Amino acid sequence: MSTPLLEVENLSIALSQGGKSYKAVEDVSFAIAPGETLGLVGESGCGKSITALAVMGLLRHPLGLGGGRITLDGSDIHNLPPAKLRQLRGKRIAMIFQEPMTALNPLSTVGRQIAEMFVLHAGANWSEATDRAVDALRQVHVPSPERRVKDFPHQLSGGMRQRVMIAIALACSPDLLIADEPTTALDVTVQAEIVDLMQELCAAKGTAILMISHDLGLVANMCRRVAVMYAGRIVEQQAAAEIFERPQHPYTRGLIASLPRLGARVVHGRQRLQEISGVVPAITAFPAGCRFRPRCQRATDICQSNDPSPTPLPENGLVRCHHHG
Amino acid sequence: MADATPTPLLAIDDLAVHYPIGGGFSRPKRVLKAVDGIALTVAPGECLGLVGESGCGKSTLAMAIMGLVSPTSGLIRIADQEISATKKADHMHLAQTVQMVFQDPYASLNPRQTVRRTLADPLRLHGIGNKTEVEHRVADIMAKVGLRPEQADRYPHEFSGGQRQRIGIARALILRPRLVLCDEPVSALDVSIRAQIINLLLELKDDLGLSYIMISHDLGVVEHVSDRVAVMYLGRIVERGDWREIFEDPRHPYTRALIAAIPDAFRRRAVAGQKARGEIPSALAPPPGCHFHTRCPLVAEQCRSDSPPLEPVNPGHLAACHFRDRAA
Repeated sequence: MSTPLLEVENLSIALSQGGKSYKAVEDVSFAIAPGETLGLVGESGCGKSITALAVMGLLRHPLGLGGGRITLDGSDIHNLPPAKLRQLRGKRIAMIFQEPMTALNPLSTVGRQIAEMFVLHAGANWSEATDRAVDALRQVHVPSPERRVKDFPHQLSGGMRQRVMIAIALACSPDLLIADEPTTALDVTVQAEIVDLMQELCAAKGTAILMISHDLGLVANMCRRVAVMYAGRIVEQQAAAEIFERPQHPYTRGLIASLPRLGARVVHGRQRLQEISGVVPAITAFPAGCRFRPRCQRATDICQSNDPSPTPLPENGLVRCHHHG
Repeated sequence: MADATPTPLLAIDDLAVHYPIGGGFSRPKRVLKAVDGIALTVAPGECLGLVGESGCGKSTLAMAIMGLVSPTSGLIRIADQEISATKKADHMHLAQTVQMVFQDPYASLNPRQTVRRTLADPLRLHGIGNKTEVEHRVADIMAKVGLRPEQADRYPHEFSGGQRQRIGIARALILRPRLVLCDEPVSALDVSIRAQIINLLLELKDDLGLSYIMISHDLGVVEHVSDRVAVMYLGRIVERGDWREIFEDPRHPYTRALIAAIPDAFRRRAVAGQKARGEIPSALAPPPGCHFHTRCPLVAEQCRSDSPPLEPVNPGHLAACHFRDRAA
């Protein structure tokens, strides 16, 4: 693997609640090479979104960085002063969010919100920036962009708003795009278009993607590598093709087996879905030892007493389980 | 074929639900055709999958079946009841036949009622006042949905999402309905919990001989649970038929686009030619001719002016497309 663009090492994020401190994310490490796509998959509360916020330097109380290192192109970014961080955000690392209506400013035209990027990060003046905003809208396939730049977010459909978000995020051709559930609020046919658009533009600009989603199928389809998070930890990380063919962690295997897959019934008939028993533990009550143990069919005594450490797999993969395979 | 079953549990004939919009001082009144000429049947013990994106009218259709909105025209017949523009639903009576499971179990349970109260109230409302019988039926339904008896006196906030959905299902079943409308019953749940609820719904269907209408945008779920499938687009059914035909040999380009849009790591085949372009037009101003023509990869001149009727491809498999005989 070439020199990583982004490297997160042993990241932990602390949640303070009721005078106590809990580790919402613990010992999370991953790296993204330039132009690469990494998927971060997990259920709600597993810590995937706050991991992204940590990379962006956006953790706020009650969340805080508990330890670890985040480096971009080899230089440490997690202790940068706010002014330096602001230069980084938008220019080198950009982010798109799940709900474009809440992420866009309702009082400002979409043209201005895109143009702002060129003014802040590329030293353009407003009239030149507005022209470039029209081009940016055209790049994300918004019809009649000359007219649309004057629209406010509420005048656009959900899919169009997400296109505007992508236009803003990619305006300065960042090195890394963090997409946090970018299509969850959209209809499936629109989701397919937005995913295609993100891939097409990022490939053209050489932008790496950190794709965060609960949808394993979506992530495996668009990313080269996938990291699966459970209860604040990465439990498995592998190449996308590999993780579906040969999942190593019982949680990953359970997730893949529990979802009704399109086409499965035609081939195999209707089979009872495999359930993962129990529920996702709360951050305040992570079990001792392996955090998946209470729900795991392979659990033994060692899973309770010993926290499994990451076992390396081929091609920079890893799995965190005593009984993997 | 189920279409030919002599006495369907639910029969919908040419149903339309139109909402008047606006009509202020200067603007002319407009009409939103949320449901526009739908015919459907559901046989006893059958599960009909209802697929469509937001704004296609599937929720309005569900509300019409529940008797919560009145039809503008057309007829809904459920067991022994009829609902039409002139004949309003008898809610108390209808509730014993049709019930609903909602999408969000965090929003659809009363936070101030214990599980027992949530489940017992419908029984009392329907005149089952005998305390032992109420207790018995509450305990019975809780066991059926996989809740423990001692959980009856807890409040919704004490339960996880999956358990709350079990309470929602128990509430829907307590009056022993024959038809249950499931409106996206798993999409608000954690991914690792969904299989539990899908399995439970299928078990209950078999045990109790229920009919379902499964409303979902998740085609994997729909394929897994449905006997027949109907696909809606802008207020109309564009294709319906046996689940196997809908998924193996879809004839409407919109159905194909929906299937092509599902990301699936096991099926990375090239489907670019089947994807829909652009976004769903407003239901207030649907395109003339075939509603789908603005996004259709097969669009021809004829589609812009003539609305294709829903006609048979095979017995029991209908599609509303001028090119329905063209296989993919």
